[in-house]
Amino acid sequence: MKLFNLKNALILAALIAVYAIVQMTAVAGTLSPFYLMTLVLVCVYIILSVSLNLITGYTGQLAIGHAGFMSIGAYASAFIVVKMQGSLISGLLFGALIAAIAGIIIGVPTLRLRGDYLAIATLGMGEIVRIILLNTDYLGGATGFSVPKSVDWTWAFWIMVVSVVIIRNFINSSHGRACISVRENEIAAEAMGINTTKYKVMAFTIGAMFAGLAGGLYANYMYIIQPMSFSFLKSFDILAMVVLGGLGSITGSIIGAGLMTILSAYLANFPEMRMVIIAVLLILLMIFRPNGIMGNKEFKLNFLISKKER
Amino acid sequence: MKAKKIFTYAFVALMCLALVVGCSPKAPAPDATKAADVIKIGGNFELTGGVAEFGKKGEMGAKLAIKEANAKGGILGKKIEYVGADNKSEASESTLATTKLVTQDKVVGIIGPMTSTNTLAAVQVLNDNKVPLITPTGTNATVTVKADGTLNKWMFRACFIDPFQGEVAANFAIDQLKSTKASIIIDQKSDYAKGLAASFKETFEKAGKQVISTEQYVAGQDKDFRSILTNIKAKNPDVIFVPGYYGEVGLIVKQARDLGMKMAMLGGDGWGDDKLLDIAGKDSLNNTFYVDHVASDDPALAAFAASFKAEYNQDINSFAVLGYDAAKMMIAAIEKAGSTDTAKIQAALETMSGFKGVSGESTIDPKTHNPKKSASIIKFVDGKKVFAARVNPK
Repeated sequence: MKLFNLKNALILAALIAVYAIVQMTAVAGTLSPFYLMTLVLVCVYIILSVSLNLITGYTGQLAIGHAGFMSIGAYASAFIVVKMQGSLISGLLFGALIAAIAGIIIGVPTLRLRGDYLAIATLGMGEIVRIILLNTDYLGGATGFSVPKSVDWTWAFWIMVVSVVIIRNFINSSHGRACISVRENEIAAEAMGINTTKYKVMAFTIGAMFAGLAGGLYANYMYIIQPMSFSFLKSFDILAMVVLGGLGSITGSIIGAGLMTILSAYLANFPEMRMVIIAVLLILLMIFRPNGIMGNKEFKLNFLISKKER
Repeated sequence: MKAKKIFTYAFVALMCLALVVGCSPKAPAPDATKAADVIKIGGNFELTGGVAEFGKKGEMGAKLAIKEANAKGGILGKKIEYVGADNKSEASESTLATTKLVTQDKVVGIIGPMTSTNTLAAVQVLNDNKVPLITPTGTNATVTVKADGTLNKWMFRACFIDPFQGEVAANFAIDQLKSTKASIIIDQKSDYAKGLAASFKETFEKAGKQVISTEQYVAGQDKDFRSILTNIKAKNPDVIFVPGYYGEVGLIVKQARDLGMKMAMLGGDGWGDDKLLDIAGKDSLNNTFYVDHVASDDPALAAFAASFKAEYNQDINSFAVLGYDAAKMMIAAIEKAGSTDTAKIQAALETMSGFKGVSGESTIDPKTHNPKKSASIIKFVDGKKVFAARVNPK
């Protein structure tokens, strides 16, 4: 497996093509700002859903506090950019760091819980973060925190690509396989000498870190952030993207995030039908493909390449 | 198994297609011809989510105003087309909805959103694209004037801001209650209360009357206000201004009456919750008044209430009234500008004076974009809220 094999080259070329097409049409003005905004949001939600997939899909821990980590990253990066006059990159990194620290603090005690209990604990965590932000007047309180827009398509797209690559490589490493073994059978994994708590906390922290990074992108793109935007409904939105795409599939999460975000943008004209259509879509999917669009398979470019090259 | 696989690939292919189709630009030609015979006004409202009730009523009001204008033949010889968008009661969605209305639908002005935060989320988009917006009920001062004192050129509102209620209350106390000595009780941590108290004091003293004492409490902590009230009782004012929220206000009114203080008590729209009645009791609330944007039993609103009922079979509230007025104000501005050029509409809004809406007459202050307008005084009579007077700006 060389780093610069034909497959990676093809993927890179495809990514550059997508980036260039969007960037060129946006600059030329043929791509309307509304669609560009939707595409940037797709990038943000891809980071969120892939990072949640690492926790829920690969490590098998049902966590519904992802919006909490996202809000921590969003407010931390906004704090650096607005209050400390820091650069965007320092803001994003600080947001990711604080979210990761929060992930460790919350992960160490709660990941000893299992199944439903973990879900409830993380749900509570997300709400606690939101209520604290709601009552912190220094960060805008309920009115919201205005942040200048400094993220553009270039930032959002490439940070998304780097995030997905890092998470994919983590999953394909020996640590990642340990995480998967925790999902498959925790007792068996423990019997094989895997420190299950350690790997659960590791996956949880990495997931939280990328959620914080996505939150930072979101804060620096949307002009204003308010605690209401990060309620548990947002956590469920992200979870729905992961389930829709398929638990345990990175490409599935990408498809899920893209589908949900674009659908929501399309249906902006029919607000009363939007919730109905999305609900019907999810029900249909659960009937016909209970494992999600991709199941736990990955969409690969292998069919383009001869067996020898793989 | 194979069918499932095909289903998957078909689904993925369909999605890719959707992405491509969705992102392709709309053909400009039909838009250009269509734009010639209609004027598009956008509505960015909270149609789903936490405050959907506000947004739905606001949108109904705005749509009714546009329908009526169209029934009269439209404006500038063209029909008005209403383009709605839902902001899901969320700031980021409000930014998206505004972007959609402005760049996709090319509206000449926007009505909404109802809450300050969702309105603030639209500021930057409108500054960048130079399109005016009128929020029906966004009362936060920073919607039109930034914290550093600069004006948000494209932002307007159809409601007065909170401190203006103090001015209204003072005028009401002077003219209708014939008061000469007032006491004020404020929550020392609330900007809302401080703003109202400051403007009450300024107006009251400007008229040659006296504010004889100002007492403070901390909302959420203090439950016993008897020591404050005994101080006030000793000075014997003829009106007490209490610009707080219903929780504390209810206790203050009840304890004042228990101490035998019979004077009039006044407040702001923080009183406008039915829980006030439960806390204070209906007897204590006699001879108390509060300022609100709209009183739904105001006789001047009867005609509007009837046409609203005929259209939607629903009762009006202040959101419906202000949504209606915001849309009417936008229509009036387009007529006054005589053009659909957004810069001219902005100028017409900025210099709007004596605009007659159903909630009263309003004049926009060009320096702050806040209207000086009529307010309603609501009176408690045996536990019922009754319209008492409409106070016009001086």
